[in-house]
Amino acid sequence: MENDNSNTDSRRWFLKTISSGGILAATGLALGTFTSCKEKSAEKTTLLTTDGKLVQVPNSEIEAMEHLHQGAPPMEAREGISGKKWVMVVDLSKCKNARKCVDLCDKHHNLTPDRPYIKVYEMKDNEKSSPYWMPKKCFHCDNPPCVKVCPVGATYKRTDGIVLIDNERCIGCRFCMAACPYSARVFNWGDPPEGKLDLPYSPETSLPSKVGTVAKCDFCPDMLRQNKLPHCVPACPNGVIYFGDEIDDTVTNGEETVRLSTLLKDKAGYRYLEELGTKPRVYYLPPVDRLFPFEKNTEENSES
Amino acid sequence: MNTVIQKEQEYRTKRGKALLGHTVNTSLKYKLWIAFLLLVIFIGGYAYYRQLKFGLVVTAMRDYTSWGIYISNFVFFVAISLVGSLISSILKLNKNDWSRPLTRVSEIIAVAAIICAAVIIIVDMGRPDRFFYVIMHLRIQSPIIWDVIIISTYLVISLLLLYLSLLPDIALCRDRLTAIPKWKKWLYRIMSINWSNHPKQIETHHKITKLLAISVLPVAFAIHTVTSWLFATTWRPGWDSTNLGPYFVSGAFMAGAAVIIVAMYLIRIHLKLKKYITELHFEKMGRLLVLLSLVYLYFNINEYLGPAFKMVGVEGEHITELFTGKYAPMYWFVQLGGLILPIVFLIFKPFRKPLPIFIISIFVVLGAWFKRFLIVIPSLQHPYLPIQDVDESYLHYVPTWEEWAITMSSFAWFLLIITVLIKLFPVIPVLKEKIDSETINKLNVFKNEKS
Repeated sequence: MENDNSNTDSRRWFLKTISSGGILAATGLALGTFTSCKEKSAEKTTLLTTDGKLVQVPNSEIEAMEHLHQGAPPMEAREGISGKKWVMVVDLSKCKNARKCVDLCDKHHNLTPDRPYIKVYEMKDNEKSSPYWMPKKCFHCDNPPCVKVCPVGATYKRTDGIVLIDNERCIGCRFCMAACPYSARVFNWGDPPEGKLDLPYSPETSLPSKVGTVAKCDFCPDMLRQNKLPHCVPACPNGVIYFGDEIDDTVTNGEETVRLSTLLKDKAGYRYLEELGTKPRVYYLPPVDRLFPFEKNTEENSES
Repeated sequence: MNTVIQKEQEYRTKRGKALLGHTVNTSLKYKLWIAFLLLVIFIGGYAYYRQLKFGLVVTAMRDYTSWGIYISNFVFFVAISLVGSLISSILKLNKNDWSRPLTRVSEIIAVAAIICAAVIIIVDMGRPDRFFYVIMHLRIQSPIIWDVIIISTYLVISLLLLYLSLLPDIALCRDRLTAIPKWKKWLYRIMSINWSNHPKQIETHHKITKLLAISVLPVAFAIHTVTSWLFATTWRPGWDSTNLGPYFVSGAFMAGAAVIIVAMYLIRIHLKLKKYITELHFEKMGRLLVLLSLVYLYFNINEYLGPAFKMVGVEGEHITELFTGKYAPMYWFVQLGGLILPIVFLIFKPFRKPLPIFIISIFVVLGAWFKRFLIVIPSLQHPYLPIQDVDESYLHYVPTWEEWAITMSSFAWFLLIITVLIKLFPVIPVLKEKIDSETINKLNVFKNEKS
């Protein structure tokens, strides 16, 4: 971003976010690898501490800390984080379909690659304009069609703007899937292929997933509760995804923190299918002055 | 054995014998029919067991085609159920006395159809174990809740309508059928709730029936309009239309009339009721079917002309797919074979004879079923955002054997309910016999004079 170096005050939260996000990612990775290695005490593992130092710790000392999958229980999760209005900005000029956001999202939500929460579309606005990649998650609309049609209040709008699903309430009628004009929702048609996770259920992590119920991108409220960014944001190698708080008027992609209003103004931010009146909380910046040429089969996206 | 039983009954009148005979005699054909239906139900039951065990993954429904033939079949059954109100309310209130022998069968069909519709919707649920959440956590702004409310209301009114019109005939069965098994005697005695044809009873009965006949009408319109709103309240191409309510209702009346004609023909042949369901009835129903089909044709033109003229975005893609794409054979079969050709044929009198109109009605019913398929499935396959980045299986929808088995067993249930009700109770109102025969005579005289 070429603008905005003056708003340090409102960036405090985000600077904290960035650093802790990094550490968390490291801990997360370590956890994934080492939770089962407790017995082999001779081996050591290199870890990154909260103040940025690399340390070596014997494997016997490593204990699984309460991990990312710690969202609020179903009734508490309906409230939302007070004083926040989450918002996302996706800069289409920087996306080259590296698919890191998809991979990390799949990993943390225990998803299989055939039905991810994040989809990266190959878009072309008209015959003459060039194609571009468009990552799409749930838009967490302020006027959400899915919430309106739900017969049991299993999907709901929170005070912080997030639209969540209570999989312990969902009856699996799939009306919300028909109602969502953005095809944001996926359904747990069968049992999760990875088997059952031994975790307390939370709508904030959408885990463990429940057969016969609907699911979608949740903006990772479990991370937000810990002042961390949703998994897809730091995952992106190109800083495509900005996330932040509308009240603070700041968004960050993990590397730079900018004013939301200025960003949208300067880069002509828009919302997909504005005319439907759903008032999405995800903005797009048009794919102009591209960082990368449009390539279909690059090293990064060819495997998926 | 059968003949012995028959001799012991006190039918009293010839009409009584003709109309009650089938409730006493059980033929081999009937037993085979029931066995066949039970077999189909059993296979469907096994398919549903698999669905409960493995989840909806046994169906071909996936994230894009998230509603399949369960929902289109549900819409079909809701449509069929409207026929009860057509015959026993619209025609009755307009004093079309010729239709009186058809009221019972139409009410039975309505009840069977609405029960099947309600069950099908539970089959479609990902979590049928949470069915009661619909009541516990009810949110009134959801069109599904409107549908639940209106379907249960319609079920109650339809049951009452059927039961009340049956009441004098149940009492008749109680009085006249003397040589029947104990459980049947007990059933008739309990169900006739001391009906004795007392003038006061008849007067109250008349009042309530009329009240129900009037009140079922708005509920019938509402039930299918609300069902159309399940679709019209979304942004999907083909659903996002203000035309959908009347389009659904008119289609339902057409399908219902065709179902009645099919039922009339089968009952007439198998229960030997040619004297009571006459060629005149087919003639009249044929004319009614043409009228209802023309209304439906009008709404069809409204439904497709606008979008086809404008060809806007996904709406245009959807229309193209129906007209010339992969759904074109089904679309043109439905529109030509199930709507336009029946109108053309039924305009000519020879085609309103029992057999031709029976065959035409089968086509109308088939067309009606596939029409609901075309309303539900292609729309879901044309979302605003392209279908990319998903498993190959998500792009198509070909129902699995489990879905077909369950759908077939819903038809078997539908036919079983109808068969059993017809077996237990006279399918043509026995009382009011005088009025019926007089009216028919009058109409026949009128017809003869004209020709």
